[in-house]
Amino acid sequence: MITFVKEFKKQATRLTGDLRHRSLIQTALKKYEVIRGAKQAKFQDWQVARQAAAETKWEAINHLDKYLLEFSQKLEARGTHVHWATTPEQARNIILKIVRDKKARSIIKSKAMTAEEIHLNGALEQAGFEVVESDLGEYIVQLRHEAPYHIVFPAMHLSRGEISDLFQRELGSAPTDNPEELTMIARRALRNKYITADVGITGTNFAIAETGMVSITENEGNARLTAALPKTMISLLGIEKVLPRLEDLALFLPMLATAGAGQAITGYNTMYGGPRQPGECDGPEEFHVVLLDNKRTFLLADAEQRDALHCIRCGACLNVCPIYRNVGGHTYGTTYQGPIGSVITPHLRGLQDWKHLSNASSLCGACTETCPVKINLHHHLLQNRRNAVSQQPVWWEKLAFKGFAFLVNRPWLYDLGKKLGRIGQVFHPIVKGTVFDPARNWTRTRELPELAPQSFHELWKERK
Amino acid sequence: MKVTLFIPCFVDACYPKVGLSMVQILEKLGHTIDFPDEIACCGQPAFNSGYWDEARAVALPVLKRLRDSEKIVIASGSCGAMLKVFYKELFEKTEYAQEARDLSEKCHEFTDFLVNVLGVTDLGARFPHKVTMHDGCHGLRELKTGKLPPRKLLANVRDLDLIEMEEAETCCGFGGTFAAKFPMISTAMGDVKCASALETHADYIVSNDSSCLMHLQGLIDRQGKPVRTIHIAEILNS
Repeated sequence: MITFVKEFKKQATRLTGDLRHRSLIQTALKKYEVIRGAKQAKFQDWQVARQAAAETKWEAINHLDKYLLEFSQKLEARGTHVHWATTPEQARNIILKIVRDKKARSIIKSKAMTAEEIHLNGALEQAGFEVVESDLGEYIVQLRHEAPYHIVFPAMHLSRGEISDLFQRELGSAPTDNPEELTMIARRALRNKYITADVGITGTNFAIAETGMVSITENEGNARLTAALPKTMISLLGIEKVLPRLEDLALFLPMLATAGAGQAITGYNTMYGGPRQPGECDGPEEFHVVLLDNKRTFLLADAEQRDALHCIRCGACLNVCPIYRNVGGHTYGTTYQGPIGSVITPHLRGLQDWKHLSNASSLCGACTETCPVKINLHHHLLQNRRNAVSQQPVWWEKLAFKGFAFLVNRPWLYDLGKKLGRIGQVFHPIVKGTVFDPARNWTRTRELPELAPQSFHELWKERK
Repeated sequence: MKVTLFIPCFVDACYPKVGLSMVQILEKLGHTIDFPDEIACCGQPAFNSGYWDEARAVALPVLKRLRDSEKIVIASGSCGAMLKVFYKELFEKTEYAQEARDLSEKCHEFTDFLVNVLGVTDLGARFPHKVTMHDGCHGLRELKTGKLPPRKLLANVRDLDLIEMEEAETCCGFGGTFAAKFPMISTAMGDVKCASALETHADYIVSNDSSCLMHLQGLIDRQGKPVRTIHIAEILNS
């Protein structure tokens, strides 16, 4: 428990001190903000669209039993194998069994945060399979043996120079800082992998119950190749990805593109409804869909925070979060970073171990304001704090707040406190900034405000 | 009108002039001030830290004392959000739920009260300086008073030059206990804010929330930055 919070503070200290890193992230995300704003303006009414999206997700999540069943039955009717996994281990074993049955050697994979969540690549590699990430950003972080820095922009923390250095080292390419050339280097390395891969693994952006289809959104065409070329396709998704109707995509596809990347619509939007049907000329021979719970049903049971399952993983809350902008994605130490990660990680991985993420917020509410499906993110952080305390209060904090309540409820004591404070203030410089300074967490970087010679209470009394 | 003025603990102890300015402005407009001097705090520090029982112990006397108030003006967006928004959550499913909802209806942040309740935008003030506005998060996003009320008031201050900064709506990094629990993040956020304010070459960062200004002034004093902070009430009373 202590390790997670210690590591978070250590990384936060390191990265807030790294001005180059902060400037890189802030510049990129400010650019995002501008183009996203322009695309939001193309909606007839972005706020009405948010409300409609929130209501659609509410409908889906509050009738998950019905829609998941419909989704799986429609898929199975066209010959898809649908698997249900309660735990990450079950999901890994299901996928391992499929690739073993297929006697696969190499696997190509497109972007899937759910796969990160269950540590799929590690499990496959340990079992002797080669897994190659085909999304450019994911490919870059895979070559660096790193977790994605951001749920949508996995390699946004790297400059072109750093990517060029990486490619030179890992792929033996010539140095360049031209983005197109860098893309071509990765593309050449990846093309061969698509052709030789026996199994393609994808994530899923939306699961359409009405038609039994998996909707995948991407900008590079890599997910299409991942799905189309290998003989076996596996799509992994969390159970919250369901949308009731096909027409819901008319709202959700542009919304995801706008909120996620400031695009009117993502480059490629594809739907998969099953393996290759008789008479069709392409598509995988076998199609597996793995539905993952991994404690999402616990979140479903929490009426207060159930709307966290509305999340479409657009990353908008990360992009506007001043915490994320200053500590970056890796500091969180979670699959899902930023505000949504701070909300759901305690539910997925344990409240006491991950409550520090809910405390590491100024509660500014920029996340809630931007969330396209209107998740009450920063209020959920408050609820996580409350739940953590009622489950296991920190004794000295409890004592301090009891003392605080005792003090402020007694005007004479509160007045005395202010008077003592004024005396203490005179002697404070002696200990300021040292380990003996009770306000050292403040005074290391900031000056304390001075207590006024007379408080408002005192001035008011005089006035009367 | 009889206006109940809620003075938060840090305004009381550190910035009494902000409170006095509000009193003078409201009296000048012909209103009577009711100041509940037995109240010291709204309970937000305990609430935000997850200690809701202790927060309720502080909030309940506030709720009871303000029961009969006609209109309540709160000298901070943050404490305003506590009274107006979070008391409803704090007292949900208790016998005080309805009272918390009734209280919420009567609560206004200072600039919101002037502009949207009293319909006043010109107080005849003069302040010959360049200023830039910081929108406190709680006022902006919890109370949803928007960016307009303080700006409408500033627009009518003689000789005042308002230059907007790029990061006007970005959090200053204070966040109550957050500033002490995660000082490195809080300070970095404050630095971003100060840098944006400095780009405008303003003499003052003005806000309707003293808690944000307390944080920013702390950073400015330590780093010797060429800008000062001031609460909007002090400008409107000049």
